[in-house]
Amino acid sequence: MSTTATPSAAPALRLDRIRKEFGGVVAVENFSLDIHPGQIVALVGDNGAGKSTIVKIVSGVHHPTSGSIALHGDQVHFPDASAARGHGIEVVYQDLALADMQPVYMNMFLGRELVTGPLRRLDKKRMASQTQALVDELDVRIPSARATIRELSGGQRQGVAIARATHWATSLVLMDEPTAALGVAETARAEQLMRQLRERGRAILLVSHNLDQVFRVADRIAVLRRGAQIGVRETAKTTHNEIVSMITGLQPADEA
Amino acid sequence: MRTRAHQNARAAVTPPAILDRLRAADPRRYVVYAGFALIMVVFSITLRDSGFLTTPNLVHIVQQTAPITVMAVGLVLVLTAGEIDLSIGSVVALSALVAGVMLRDYDSMPLAVAASLAVGAGVGLFNGLFVTRVRVPSFLVTLATLGLVAGLARVMTNLQSVPITHEYFNGLFGSGSMAGISTLVLWSAAAVAVGHYVYRHTRFGAHVLAVGDNARAARVSGVKVERVKVAVLVISGLCAALAGLLYAGRLHGATYTLGETDMLTVIAAVIVGGNRLFGGSGTVVGALVGSLVMGVLNNGLILGGLSVSQQMIARGVIILVAVALTLREEKA
Ligand SMILES: Nc1ncnc2c1ncn2[C@@H]1O[C@H](COP(=O)(O)OP(=O)(O)OP(=O)(O)O)[C@@H](O)[C@H]1O
Ligand SMILES: [Mg+2]
Repeated sequence: MSTTATPSAAPALRLDRIRKEFGGVVAVENFSLDIHPGQIVALVGDNGAGKSTIVKIVSGVHHPTSGSIALHGDQVHFPDASAARGHGIEVVYQDLALADMQPVYMNMFLGRELVTGPLRRLDKKRMASQTQALVDELDVRIPSARATIRELSGGQRQGVAIARATHWATSLVLMDEPTAALGVAETARAEQLMRQLRERGRAILLVSHNLDQVFRVADRIAVLRRGAQIGVRETAKTTHNEIVSMITGLQPADEA
Repeated sequence: MRTRAHQNARAAVTPPAILDRLRAADPRRYVVYAGFALIMVVFSITLRDSGFLTTPNLVHIVQQTAPITVMAVGLVLVLTAGEIDLSIGSVVALSALVAGVMLRDYDSMPLAVAASLAVGAGVGLFNGLFVTRVRVPSFLVTLATLGLVAGLARVMTNLQSVPITHEYFNGLFGSGSMAGISTLVLWSAAAVAVGHYVYRHTRFGAHVLAVGDNARAARVSGVKVERVKVAVLVISGLCAALAGLLYAGRLHGATYTLGETDMLTVIAAVIVGGNRLFGGSGTVVGALVGSLVMGVLNNGLILGGLSVSQQMIARGVIILVAVALTLREEKA
């Protein structure tokens, strides 16, 4: 996976006419979107609009009924979530997929633990020091990389989850309502982390119901309504009102 | 202190691990060690004249508890993964009987040991597949196999005991010694050492912890949750089979009643040893201490001249107190 592609090269993620049906229900239809490295694209829409479904398709949890996914110009197919991870895609969930009783560094390396020696002994020292270096660099303020998750506040936990995504995502980070459970200050910290991710050249897809947040961090905003793509706007060239009317249906979909 | 830790963090150096370890340490574990010390002191004083605190008696205690210790190691893994294994008691009997019959009919120790371990692994595999494929809670699956396997042990020899005359087998798994140390003690030590290493220092151990802690988090991190669950149940079955061999070696024979009451003792040992009943954390060394507590209690109450029924009551009360102390933390 090359992350050193020139900015004008193929998008980090290209979704082309994605459609997803669950039984007879069409959750997403005809959804297309490009995200370039170093860009944050927000995905907004009402409850049940299909946002999480798109995240799950890109992370390999669901398979699209039709349509295609390309990463840096290469068509990909993810049989499962590990395959997506193998392509440098990480997900930050709202409900923090962290193991509470384990130390921060074990969560950071869960499923990809570092081992040493012929007995493949866990290299806890190296995992802890790499974790410490990462959280320091991102300024995630936790007592220690060896602290257990349950000793941390919600914001610190989300900081850990985002740091983990930063560490492993070589191309794309998907965030599904990452700050829904956080307070004001903690949300601000998480948004700072998103900007840092962007500076590192990652592409970010941010699902959020918080339009203020979307306008604060996103470069572009994609609007979904009942599974249909209504339109994509540059944040700098749109307004709250326009986005709200797109979400609610006051404004018709763009011509495809 | 604070500034040093701070500087360390700035320099991206691991902060003093010992401080963290102390801070993160589970106070429940110290309750176990303190309780163990207390029981030892009380028995040493009250049973001074009955020879409690003599080397032969202490070695005897460790030998007696060897099967419990071995099974406790397996159960720590099972509980940590958020499952339980109630079938161990009857696996003990069946595996011991299988070993006895193999020795009798083929006079081959490797064959007997392999067959016996295969029984344990087989029952564990059955449990694991049933839990993960049919999605029945391990409590129910292993309760069913407990009965099923106990039934097999009964029909296998028609309720007859099988004497074992294979001297090498009896030495290796029972009355023998190596470098002056009883093989039963060595088996216990080996099980605890290997168990501890696997639990604390391998990727598999980390996955067991994660699965019991948050199975969904483990799954999205790429941990094969089902495979881990099957593996811990197979390991538990293997431990129970080894326990069966230890009984067979010590008693120079096998019978269907072996291990009949062990399941509760093992669970008590593991919980008294400071393990969580609900997964996500645990301690193999604690389970060893818990198992020794059970052995010492047994021994002390017998030396103290209590009748069997009195022993049962005393043991029940002590286990309740210990469990209350070790689980108290949960509510906080
Ligand atoms: N596994 C599934 N099986 C069947 N239907 C599903 C499944 N997942 C989602 N859906 C349906 O697809 C539609 C889109 O759901 P999705 O979770 O993507 O919405 P969302 O935009 O994330 O909503 P919210 O803002 O409430 O999180 C809904 O109608 C939902 O009921
Ligand atoms: Mg959603």
